[in-house]
Amino acid sequence: MTLAHQGLALAYLAAAALFILGLKGLTHPSSARRGNLYAMAAMALAIGATLLHPAVKHYTLILAGLLGGAVIGTLVARRIRMTAMPQLVAALHSFVGATAVLVAFGVYLGHAPAAAPDSVLLAELFIGSVIGAITATGSAVAFGKLQALLPGRPLLLPHRHLLHLVLVLTMLGLGADFLLYGHMVCLLLATCIALALGVLLILPIGGADMPVVVSLLNSYSGWAATATGFTLGNHLLIITGAIVGFSGAILSYIMSRAMNRSIVSIVLGGFGASGGTETPAAAAADRGVKSAAVEDAVFLMGNATQVIIVPGYGMAVAQAQHALKELTEILEHRGVEVRFAIHPVAGRMPGHMNVLLAEADVPYDKVFEMDEVNPEFARADVALIVGANDVTNPAAKTEKSSPIYGMPILEVSKAKHVFFIKRSMKPGYSGVENLLFQQDNCSLVFGDAKDVCEQMATELKTAA
Amino acid sequence: MSEPMVALYIFVLACFVGYWVIWGVTPSLHTPLIALTNAISGIIIVGAILTVGADGSSLTAQAIGFVAVLLASINIFGGFVVTQRMLAMFKKKPPGARP
Repeated sequence: MTLAHQGLALAYLAAAALFILGLKGLTHPSSARRGNLYAMAAMALAIGATLLHPAVKHYTLILAGLLGGAVIGTLVARRIRMTAMPQLVAALHSFVGATAVLVAFGVYLGHAPAAAPDSVLLAELFIGSVIGAITATGSAVAFGKLQALLPGRPLLLPHRHLLHLVLVLTMLGLGADFLLYGHMVCLLLATCIALALGVLLILPIGGADMPVVVSLLNSYSGWAATATGFTLGNHLLIITGAIVGFSGAILSYIMSRAMNRSIVSIVLGGFGASGGTETPAAAAADRGVKSAAVEDAVFLMGNATQVIIVPGYGMAVAQAQHALKELTEILEHRGVEVRFAIHPVAGRMPGHMNVLLAEADVPYDKVFEMDEVNPEFARADVALIVGANDVTNPAAKTEKSSPIYGMPILEVSKAKHVFFIKRSMKPGYSGVENLLFQQDNCSLVFGDAKDVCEQMATELKTAA
Repeated sequence: MSEPMVALYIFVLACFVGYWVIWGVTPSLHTPLIALTNAISGIIIVGAILTVGADGSSLTAQAIGFVAVLLASINIFGGFVVTQRMLAMFKKKPPGARP
């Protein structure tokens, strides 16, 4: 090992340690920004050291690519709205996947003129390219669904499981041929099949399962980096890729557990394919559901000692977080204790609600996870539900026949009064009727989440 | 020990590190975690740089490498900047400083 190589190896080791410290920083909001800085330093160190690698001879294209990426990436990241975070993340995952494919082909082309590459390398190339390709198109489809370019409901092809199986077997066959003979055609064809598989795997998965999909693709992007690391014999890539891969896998596990469904059943897709539409008022009357005017809700909240607010995806869609924050402030001003309760799968990606509330300047010590806050509902005077549905449905605890039976829920029904801001009587994503509506203490406030929250704030101000 | 075997050792140990570190992350920071791991997986740029910068690489390899560097770079900068933006919002506000 030459001195230059040893320096490089040491720099990579330092970068790997800094990446780990960086992620460790996310243990608490107070240390998180320092963690991000560690990770940035690690990345700068790794890129700098690689540029000084003796094998790197030409810099023009590298610097052009780096600069171009810096400009585009920074611009997009500065402008993106917080509600669009899931889309951005999906798009970026797609890029990691595409890069893995490109690097695999680049390495192959770089090796081709020499003697036949060994089969270990070929295997690594094949795995890197295939995982990268699935990540790339899978994330692109997830992006399309989240950005509403594609329909959010599951798209089900007939015999899709059989189709997937045939494609996977063909791909593996091509892989075996590639290992034995190293023809580029096989790699190319297998990669094309993997690209198609990425699309086919994500299309049948419905919108509200997106927290799991985003986490899974996060995981894949990590494994793609790891596979590239094996190809290049680069230990830094292996370490970082493995950690990212595990991060996504753990998040997927946490999300699927919060829905009481296995990752496998989510990946197989097709949940929530049905969903009815009805006009709000008429349907409400039919079922004996109580609806309340904004004034009623405001009166009770204004005189409460404890209010718990449950935000869901509807809050993100309506951009209601700022109106909600204003409402919170007015309530607090009147001496009401206000807390937020967040279900793990609320929103379209893990932690989505926390970021939106943070954006609206809601202090994080007022935001509680499900397990912490559930015992508190019994003591709360009012539970205000803004754009959440399935995660509050008591059917998950009582109805054995319900598709959401067994899913842990926020126990809002224990609060003295429950106000549910809702645009229509349409059931939630699961297509299950919310049993909460039939309870005596629950009233529905019809309207757009943002409008209703603003009206509540205005009412409270004038009432004071 | 052969080179791929060393790589395998490192991989398995890194998986354990990942497991322990990630379980420690607070659920309220799961979105920043995804954004940050996303930026970090841009480390794949190292592979892209080696592809494009190698001496005697063909024009095709160079073109492929250039696109790879560009994509990975978007990922790195986009990921870190957006993480920083999100984490800045989680900053503890000094008491009384709220509007």
